[in-house]
Amino acid sequence: MNLAPILDEKQAAANMAEIEPKYTQQEAHIEAQRCLYCFDAPCIKACPTGIDIPAFIKKIATDNLIGSSRVIFEANPLGASCARVCPVSVLCEGACVMLDRDQKPIKIGRLQRYATDHTLIDNDIPVLFAPEKKNGKKVATIGGGPASLGCAAELAQLGYEVTVYEKSKEAGGLNTYGIAYYKMTPETSIKEVDQIRRLGVKIQTGVEVGKDVSIADLDKNFDAIFIGCGLGRMAKLNVPGEDLKGVYDALDFIEEIHTQPLHTVPVGRRVAVIGCGNTAIDAVTEAKRLGATNAVILYRRGEEHMPAIPYEYGLAKADGCEFQFYTAATEIIGENGRVKAVKIAKTKINDKGRVELIPGSERVEEFDMVLLALGQEPYVKELKSFFPGLEMDKDGNIVRDFATGRTNLPRVYAGGDGANGGREVVNAVAEGKRAARGMHDDFFGEKVVGPVQATRYGMEGSPPSPVGSGFDWPVRAPELEKEYYKTHPRKERSTRRVPIN
Amino acid sequence: MWKTIGDPIVNVSSRYSALNIDSKLMVGFNNIELISDRAPETNFREIAECKKLWPDHAIIASLMVDTRERWHEFVKRAADSGADGIELNFGCPHGMCERGMGSAVGQNPKVIETIVGWVMEAAEIPVIVKLTPNITDITVPARAAKKAGADAISMINTINSITQVNLDKMCPEPYVGGQSTHGGYCGPAAKPIALNMVQSCAADPEVNLPISGIGGCSNWKDAAEFIALGATSVQVCTAIMHYGFRIVEDMCEGLSQWMDSKGYKTIEDFRGAAVKSVTKFENLNLSYKRVAFINHETCIGCNLCWVACEDGAHQAIDLIDPEANGLDLGPGRLPGVRIPRINEDRCVGCNLCSLVCPVEGCITMLDVETGKDPITWKQYQERLARGEVEPIPAHP
Repeated sequence: MNLAPILDEKQAAANMAEIEPKYTQQEAHIEAQRCLYCFDAPCIKACPTGIDIPAFIKKIATDNLIGSSRVIFEANPLGASCARVCPVSVLCEGACVMLDRDQKPIKIGRLQRYATDHTLIDNDIPVLFAPEKKNGKKVATIGGGPASLGCAAELAQLGYEVTVYEKSKEAGGLNTYGIAYYKMTPETSIKEVDQIRRLGVKIQTGVEVGKDVSIADLDKNFDAIFIGCGLGRMAKLNVPGEDLKGVYDALDFIEEIHTQPLHTVPVGRRVAVIGCGNTAIDAVTEAKRLGATNAVILYRRGEEHMPAIPYEYGLAKADGCEFQFYTAATEIIGENGRVKAVKIAKTKINDKGRVELIPGSERVEEFDMVLLALGQEPYVKELKSFFPGLEMDKDGNIVRDFATGRTNLPRVYAGGDGANGGREVVNAVAEGKRAARGMHDDFFGEKVVGPVQATRYGMEGSPPSPVGSGFDWPVRAPELEKEYYKTHPRKERSTRRVPIN
Repeated sequence: MWKTIGDPIVNVSSRYSALNIDSKLMVGFNNIELISDRAPETNFREIAECKKLWPDHAIIASLMVDTRERWHEFVKRAADSGADGIELNFGCPHGMCERGMGSAVGQNPKVIETIVGWVMEAAEIPVIVKLTPNITDITVPARAAKKAGADAISMINTINSITQVNLDKMCPEPYVGGQSTHGGYCGPAAKPIALNMVQSCAADPEVNLPISGIGGCSNWKDAAEFIALGATSVQVCTAIMHYGFRIVEDMCEGLSQWMDSKGYKTIEDFRGAAVKSVTKFENLNLSYKRVAFINHETCIGCNLCWVACEDGAHQAIDLIDPEANGLDLGPGRLPGVRIPRINEDRCVGCNLCSLVCPVEGCITMLDVETGKDPITWKQYQERLARGEVEPIPAHP
């Protein structure tokens, strides 16, 4: 039997509605007024794009929503989608000083959504502007995802002429096609792309670099190239049966949800998702919400190892998804060319820290859909042919200077998943923005900093660095914390590092 | 206290507006309502009915009329109704004052004296004079009331105010068909003004009258503050209008619990206890010094103290690297984040940082031993003139 949609239109829409509804004005006021308006606030530092969070929240409290939205978008041109998809509990909200006071961080993400919805979604009010007089430099971006858009928006505001090349029908990358629907609909991403287009950025969709336009052309027609290609297909599981019908790349499944009516998306009754990152969580939760009776995560390691953040994990569990830890799929069993079951072995972690199958532990569990979410693979082959000599690390990530996006090739910059190996949308935007500033420094010798809080920075006795430089690491990253406190024993464990549920 | 009785008036619609601060509603409250719009006979009849039902409870009739004859008549009618006392409303700052009553009386000590004199001619029950705060020195009308023989004073009536402007209609609230008028301001935000005036009268030997404290009193702590500054009773209205009579229960119980914890058996045990601590500036000790102390164990790193001191006070807080200075990171501190530390040489002990600090007990003000003999400004001026002391150098 082929996979078919399970739910009717109404039920599918209800199940996939945004999980956190937009604040009402009063809700936004109450939450905004809770903000202490910290000076040189930790939340700003925890935001990779360095949004002046206390400033935009204060503006919500005074009903200056256009100003609030401007503060957000100037720092992060994808501020509306980041408001929805950022893992705020490990970024801005995870750094909120309120965690050390009364445990409840300010709901920065939801406030950010409230402000950006006002201009971008509800009222179509422009808040970003590009100078009329261009500086004469032209830049092309390869890919139209968050990194390229972050780069293009920053460049356009600095007076550059930018062309974005995107092979899909719509720009926005994962924001348009790959975020769980109940967190964000494609509409938000598309409107953000439009906002960037209105800065004068040419967005060429349906154009694949290397096929529809050559690198030689880009080299000839542009002063610099930004590689924001992201990552490619999901890694293979390398077990028998992987080619059976009903086995999907989890991102393809999520893309289907974004490109066709929800009630027409085929979904299994018993769905296995292999992997336990945030994409796996999105996939398993969406399968469940689209009507799967059982939606199961199979993960080779334990709960404490999974890359998914606690918030996402909690979300999936609350939806009734099942988690089988220390299990590995060793074979996908088919019937008439379709998935029928998965052979599952138990695993353990050996002395070297590697996963080992426990012999004789295999069992067979019936599934009619298998989603692979093992992490995306880099475009090593393509990049090597486009840019012979481009330095890449052993994992296939483009090597670039973190602060400026410079690669080892002149006039070629990089950022986003293709360079960082796959991180959050906000990291990609920040890297695109940094690359734009790196280019500006290279072309004109001008260093762009900020956004800087409106106060007297730089005076004697005040903190020397502009805010928004960004720690750019998850503030709760356990390994980082462990490393730091090896040499800095602390008296008391702070609540600010305890996962929020 | 009965709503002020006088010749019936006609009110307008709407009548109230509020000052809201963030999500806290009615921090301040404003009204343009006049005295009772019901007939005097109705009011006096109901006072009599209430006294019949609750003979143990005191009822004070607030009165406001104009001529000597009318005052005599109303004072008698109040006493006949069974009221236990009379309050003369010399404070209403809107409407009635335009007709020569309310605050128009309270702002003129001579007129106070005259009218209180009329009332005392007829009064057989205690007379309280309610004063308006819309004057320069509250003790002047208070002394006038005393001189004319009043039994007590009460304060404060409401303060002239415009609480807010509706920026769409370009008209203040309360809105009366495209217009508004100056109203009377009260509520929690008015309490500091009321306390100031109560203390001024309590401390004035020429006033020497029982004081009924009014103005923003909303809970037992407020009541205790009024009493500590000399009030013999307190009156509550705005808080009742906001939350209802149920708040009275906690006012009584809370005050009683607190009095037990302090060993006070009656109100008189602490009444006026804080009056004497309020003095003229010239009597304050110039040698007393306090400085702020920031407890890094509880500091959450909001830096509000830093920016307040830097931009609004004396630039006496440094943001320092804790590790380089051998300090603990404190809770929730991220590596590389600076922490605020008081620069005691620059700190003037102004309290600002401790006022803006959102963490309980994080910033405390500590007494500093200066080793200097106590000296007041007054003494300093005298000794300076006698050449006994060197001038204190100007603040750098």
